[in-house]
Amino acid sequence: MADKVIYAMYDDDDVLKDGAKKLVSKGVKVTEVFSPFPIHGIDPIIGIENTRLGIMAFIYGLTGLTLATLGMRYFMIVDWPMNIGGKPNFSYLENILSFVPISFEFTVLCAAHGMAITYFLRNKTLPGMPAQNPDPRTTDDRFVIELRTSENSQFTAKELEAMIKDTGIVELDQKDVA
Amino acid sequence: MEFKIANKAKTLTLSLMVVGVLFTALGVISNMSDHHIVTRVLGSSLVSAFFFFSIGLGALFFLALQYATETGWYATVKRLIEGIAGFLPYGIGLLVLIFGVITLLDGAHIYGWMDPEVTDPSSHHYDEIIDGKSFYLNKTFFWIRTIVYLAVYYVFWQGFRKRSLEEDKVGGTELHFRNYRKGALFLVFFAVFSSTSSWDWLMSIDVHWFSTLFGWYVFAGMWCSSMVVIVLLALYLKKQGYLPKVNESHIHDIGKWTFATSFLWSYLWFSQYMLIWYANIPEETTYYIARIENFQVLYFTMFIINFAFPMLLLMSRDAKRHAGILTLVGLIILAGHWADVYIMISAGTLGANAHIGLLEIGMALLLAGAFIRIVLVNLTKAPLTPVNHPFLDESIHHDI
Repeated sequence: MADKVIYAMYDDDDVLKDGAKKLVSKGVKVTEVFSPFPIHGIDPIIGIENTRLGIMAFIYGLTGLTLATLGMRYFMIVDWPMNIGGKPNFSYLENILSFVPISFEFTVLCAAHGMAITYFLRNKTLPGMPAQNPDPRTTDDRFVIELRTSENSQFTAKELEAMIKDTGIVELDQKDVA
Repeated sequence: MEFKIANKAKTLTLSLMVVGVLFTALGVISNMSDHHIVTRVLGSSLVSAFFFFSIGLGALFFLALQYATETGWYATVKRLIEGIAGFLPYGIGLLVLIFGVITLLDGAHIYGWMDPEVTDPSSHHYDEIIDGKSFYLNKTFFWIRTIVYLAVYYVFWQGFRKRSLEEDKVGGTELHFRNYRKGALFLVFFAVFSSTSSWDWLMSIDVHWFSTLFGWYVFAGMWCSSMVVIVLLALYLKKQGYLPKVNESHIHDIGKWTFATSFLWSYLWFSQYMLIWYANIPEETTYYIARIENFQVLYFTMFIINFAFPMLLLMSRDAKRHAGILTLVGLIILAGHWADVYIMISAGTLGANAHIGLLEIGMALLLAGAFIRIVLVNLTKAPLTPVNHPFLDESIHHDI
């Protein structure tokens, strides 16, 4: 059977949240929600797991710290020892205080850029990528719930539509996908 | 909901105070023959009095910050912040008492510049550097400044408390906007006074030395300790079954503040340390030489604890929502910040003769007991959740 995607459009995020709650309580699986802004508290309702972006940030930060340490040790101690303010220039450890600010900056730089790029890649929203949202109005003032018939095989498409119409939608759309 | 102090808490605070008095008395008696005893008693009372005073002051600052920024999420924990800030009048009393005794004893080797001999050119204790600073560091001007700081803090505290209780009865937004203006005004005073008061009360102990960053460093320490106390109090009350409206998100937010202020403190500590280390000018390095020579282990352990513990243990989202981890980290960094104040004061007063003994621990326990008791008593005097705070509804639905 061909898979069908059903889009239910709302004009208020609270109505959408209540609608999603109602649908989920009846056993419907909501695939995705599109919204112009983050809707507080929607994640647990439609069963989205917590983001793992924070773990990646930590890893990127550690990478930055390591790179900064290795780099500065090579530049300032091994390759061309510099005499700054008469401090010993043959040991990284004895000069570690002067390297702390740069290590910190580079840690933050790597964590921030790594996180931003990961976020864009994961959401497929790098500049120039085709838009993923079903309707351009979801970047303006409309909110959309996406359902798939293949994930809700216990209901027929008719039953799903009937349930959705109960939740205060403003528009209903569907699309066949292979 | 009305708060009643549990019998367990009453016993605990009372026994803390009794043990504190006992330890202090034992410490004084066993060191009676030591000629440093007066300096030591006054110094250790200053350490603990300033530490707990600063927690109250930090809470008042945090309250003013929430008013000035018209924050919403904190409404359900507002009474906790007020309860802690309510220690302020007692803290002010303690400081005035200690400063008074020190002044009567001409500095008691704590404020060396109070000794009339150091500014008397005919005396062989004459100190040109201190004499050069005496237009600012003299008893009269010190007291004028101290009274101005403390009076301003007290007046603002009274105003915030009065309007907060009035808001419970009348509601509306008029009081809210008055709090907004007064909060912003307090921040202006506090920005100046938090710096200058730490120069007067703490930095002038090492009278030859100065650092323009010192005030922020002391301020960051007090802010961090206050956030720890707020989170511990919230967890305690929640465990007792109070504060049903305070959810995980509130705890998470206060946990974030603890994490962030720990970083702020570490950042300022390091900034001061690194600049002085790098420039290596003798008149600046004396401060750290006194601390490293006599307190090496404690000084660096204190820094690592106050920096690394909150960083590593509170970094993840789950840890900031976990009561056990928050309590553990909180208690450890609270002790760490007490040690910070201890070294700040003792390295300049007793130097090589300073050590943490029964006297210091007793004084800390005594004031800790009194502090907890006063905060809990303050909480009984008003409903634990403000009734008519304009952002109450937002706070109840706080979700991050």
